Amino acid sequence: MVRGLYRARISFKVADSLAHSAPVADGSADPSRRDFIHIAAAAATLGGVAAVAWPLIDELNPAADTLALASLEYDVSKVALGQQVTISWRKQPVFIRHRTPAEIAKAKADDHVTADMKDPEPDANRVKAGHEEWLIVLASCTHLGCVPVFAQGDYGGWLCPCHGSQYDTSARIRKGPAPKNLEVPEYAFLSDTKVKIG
Amino acid sequence: MSDHPSTYQPNTAIERWLDTRLPIIRFGADLMSFPTPRNLNYWYTFGGILAFCLGVQIVTGIVLAMHYDPSGAGAFLSVQRGIMRDVNYGWLIRGLHANGASMFFLAVYIHILRGLYYGSYKAPREVLWLLGCVIYVLMMATAFMGYVLPWGQMSFWGAKVITSLFGAFPFIGKPLTALLWGGFSVDEPTLNRFFSLHYLLPFAIAAVVALHIWALHVPGNANPTGVEVKSKSDTLPFHPYYTVKDLFAISVFMILFAVFVFYMPEALGKVDNQSMADPLKTPAHIVPEWYLLPFYAILRAIPDKLIGVLALAGALGMLFILPWLDTSKVRSMRYRPQYRMFFFIWIVACAALGWCGAQEPDGQVIHGLTTFNLIDYDLNSVTWLSRISSIYYFAYFLVITPLLGLTETPLPVPDSLYTPVLSHPAGVPSGAAAAPETKG
Ligand code: HEM
Ligand code: FES
Repeated sequence: MVRGLYRARISFKVADSLAHSAPVADGSADPSRRDFIHIAAAAATLGGVAAVAWPLIDELNPAADTLALASLEYDVSKVALGQQVTISWRKQPVFIRHRTPAEIAKAKADDHVTADMKDPEPDANRVKAGHEEWLIVLASCTHLGCVPVFAQGDYGGWLCPCHGSQYDTSARIRKGPAPKNLEVPEYAFLSDTKVKIG
Repeated sequence: MSDHPSTYQPNTAIERWLDTRLPIIRFGADLMSFPTPRNLNYWYTFGGILAFCLGVQIVTGIVLAMHYDPSGAGAFLSVQRGIMRDVNYGWLIRGLHANGASMFFLAVYIHILRGLYYGSYKAPREVLWLLGCVIYVLMMATAFMGYVLPWGQMSFWGAKVITSLFGAFPFIGKPLTALLWGGFSVDEPTLNRFFSLHYLLPFAIAAVVALHIWALHVPGNANPTGVEVKSKSDTLPFHPYYTVKDLFAISVFMILFAVFVFYMPEALGKVDNQSMADPLKTPAHIVPEWYLLPFYAILRAIPDKLIGVLALAGALGMLFILPWLDTSKVRSMRYRPQYRMFFFIWIVACAALGWCGAQEPDGQVIHGLTTFNLIDYDLNSVTWLSRISSIYYFAYFLVITPLLGLTETPLPVPDSLYTPVLSHPAGVPSGAAAAPETKG
């Protein structure tokens, strides 16, 4: 605060000297001392309002206990070939899809059709090497957050029931209003069947 | 009229005492004797009806809040089991509140259409109009947050989709949605804050309504002819003439309200909301409440996320800037036959948008018809009907309104608002101008 006032005073002096094009002496009868008090008071009020407003806004952000919902382990062997499960991680739905060889081949073949892709990305970047059969993505449509429906739409991936976005078997956006591919969360395989998300 | 002189006479000693300290009786008396154009028709009763609606929502809402539990695990049960089954008359109070929201919007839409038709937004009533637009936006926010409270599937997914709209903004989108949600997604923190705000906003609305009425009392009411009040003989005191007319209209409105509450309480609701919120599963077909459908259709008509959101906001923005878009000197559409025609088409476009908003996104307008294609586009699709209607919606405000005001030749406007009433023998209404009640 003290430094703030000091700065306000300096900047005031600069402004004042610009206005009068004469250096300001430290004279006690100087009316600029009153101006200084006005500016300092206004600055302090503004600072005070900002200092109170910020906690009131930041309080709306996710609380510490919400943020602490960290990681989750899941045994993917429970998911049958050609099927998917939807699990809840940090209160968000996550798809774990056990892709068939045909689906993987289709996803890889489509790496090259970038024409109708809004967010081109090769399939290899969206899975872990050696674990191509497992596709793990956030189940939140990148349009407005609905959970897309499994194995529907023209691309064999997902179809969003809300506004008709279509995803392929690599969960890339192919059609509809969604701007991005389904997001791949941070995860790692701890063993061949155990995966740790987050 | 601002120069309306006070006619209040304090008659008792206590009234005189109070009048020099807090002239609140004078304030009320002046409101009652306020000079009001003598030719206001029933379209002008919707202001009173809206005040009634706000009162109903506040009273029933406060009672509901006494039985409602805003927790993730408890919200759904406190509504569906507690309020609907166990609380004495809970079903009635919730029926009034839930259907009351729809009635409120029905009334506000008629009120807005009235304003558009009779040119109520024009000088010197722009601020009055802007305050009305603010009330409308606050109402939408309030109703949206209220709809989340029963925590059913539609509540949850409606909240998810609408809050995700804010995620469309580049850079700030993600932090902004986290701030709105208080988490990684819509969850209990979201429900809690929506409950708090849903309780607060109606009182904010009441405050803006007070400003709205203040702004009304500066220039006074407009009227169906659009001709300003010129002399005292053009007006009647608000009470008893318009208090009784408003009360009669409110009574008729209450009949319609009661039909919904008692005979079809769930007609406007969605069955999906009878099952508890499930963050892992979106209902097959999510639709907002009927009063938001046209905006939802505009959002979906546009294949780009950010532009869709901006178009939705822009559709509302049109109402705000309308006073400065209309170039015509004639206020009422009664004397603007061409503009009137475009206005009716605009209402049809809004209705079409409303219909589209309720359909599946990839649906057809006429089922089974497949050969209505232009180049590559299937014009028989919901998407294209939404697009065409959206274009008309914006063109009406941005092109037709400014241009037509300059080119249209209006019909002769009467000299005073009294003339069209007097120019026909009393009791023998002949032609539209003699029957303002049925006009419009
Ligand atoms: C502008 C005025 C208001 C509007 C438009 C409005 C609208 C709504 C809507 C649409 C719902 C969902 C109804 C349902 O489907 O069950 C709702 C629920 C609720 N509202 Fe309001 N409301 C208003 C004022 C208030 C006020 C002033 C309060 C409290 C003081 C309140 C308290 C509640 C509560 C506790 C619920 C949850 C119970 C339920 O779902 O029925 N509301 N509101
Ligand atoms: S939320 Fe998926 S298409 Fe809109």
